[in-house]
Amino acid sequence: MEASADNGLKIVVVGGFGVGKTTMIHSVSEIRPLSTEETITRAGETVDDVSAVPGKSQTTVAFDFGRITLSARTVLYLFGAPGQERFWYLWDRLFTGALGAVVLVDTRRIDDSWYAIDRLERLGTPFIVARNDFGGPAHPLEQVRDALDLAPHIPLVDCDARSRDSGKRVLITLVEHIKSLYLAEDPQVIERVRAARSPYAAEGAAGTPQEQVTAPAVTAPAPELTQ
Amino acid sequence: MSRPGRDDAPDRLYTVTQGRSRSMPGTPFDLVTLVVAECDAVPGMQSEHAAILRLAERPTAVAEVAAELRLPVSITKILLSDLLAEGRVSARHPRRAAIAGRPDPDILEQVLVGLRNL
Repeated sequence: MEASADNGLKIVVVGGFGVGKTTMIHSVSEIRPLSTEETITRAGETVDDVSAVPGKSQTTVAFDFGRITLSARTVLYLFGAPGQERFWYLWDRLFTGALGAVVLVDTRRIDDSWYAIDRLERLGTPFIVARNDFGGPAHPLEQVRDALDLAPHIPLVDCDARSRDSGKRVLITLVEHIKSLYLAEDPQVIERVRAARSPYAAEGAAGTPQEQVTAPAVTAPAPELTQ
Repeated sequence: MSRPGRDDAPDRLYTVTQGRSRSMPGTPFDLVTLVVAECDAVPGMQSEHAAILRLAERPTAVAEVAAELRLPVSITKILLSDLLAEGRVSARHPRRAAIAGRPDPDILEQVLVGLRNL
C-alpha cells in the first residue's frame, strides 16, 4: 500500500453459508483473503463490567476480507458477512460507514437471502443482488426477483464468483447503483433545503417578521508566509 | 504462533490486554481505519505492540493488523489505543464517505475509476 494512503473504504458482501462470498473476495482482492475475528459484545456495554471474565463474554466469529488499492490514496476493503439472522451482531460494525453491500444469492437456497435483504432495506444500506452461477438449471432473473420480492429499482445481476472480471462487474454495478440513488435523491434534497431557507417559506409567508440574517463577515485569507 | 480459537485461549487474550476486555469509549478505530507507525519498536516493548509497529510501517487497516496478529478485532483495538495514547502510531480516518447519510459523489467517482482500472 502506498505510504500516502489515507482513505479506507468498505463494501460488504453478504450471503448464506457456502454461497461464494470468500471466493468472490478472493477473485478481486489483491491479497489472499485474510480472516479475523470479531468479539460479541453485550448490549449493556457501558453497564456491565465483564473485564474479570473475558473468556466468558467473548465468543468470537471469523470473517474474511480482501483489499483493492484503488489509487495512491484510496483503499477499498471487501468484507464477507454471513447473512443469517444469528450473525446480525456482526453487521453493526461491518456496515457502519460502508458504501454499500452485495447480496450473493444461491438460487438453490434462496431463503438464506431473505433475512439479509430485509435487514439491508431496514438499515437503508444501498445494495444489489448477484446470483452466483453454480451451473445448475438457471431460472430467469425475473423469477429470482419475484422469489426475493426485490424492489424493481434494485439491480439483480448474474455472476461467477470465481471470475475476477465478473466480480469486478458486480462491484461496478453496485457503485453505479449507489451513484444513481444519490443523483435521484439529490434534486429533492436541494429543493427541501431551498424551501427551508426561503424567506417566503412557512412563517415568512404567514406574516411573521423575519429575523434579519446577516452574512458572516468575510475574512481575508491570511497572506502566505514566505521564508 | 497458534491461532487463539473460539474459547481455547482466553488466558492469553487476558494477558495481552492486561485484563481489559474492551478499549476505552470513543476509541477512534474502525475496521478500515489506516494505522501508521510513528516510531520503531524498542527492546522491552510488549511483543504485540512491537508487531503492530512493524506491520504499520506502511498504512495498514485495523482489520489487517488483527488478521496478521491473529487476534480478535476488539483486542487489537485495545492494543492500538495504547500505542495511539503514547503517540507511537497515528490513525488515518476514512475521509467521510457519506455526508448526511448520502455518499460523497467524489469518493464514488474515485471508486468507479479504480474498479474499472482493475
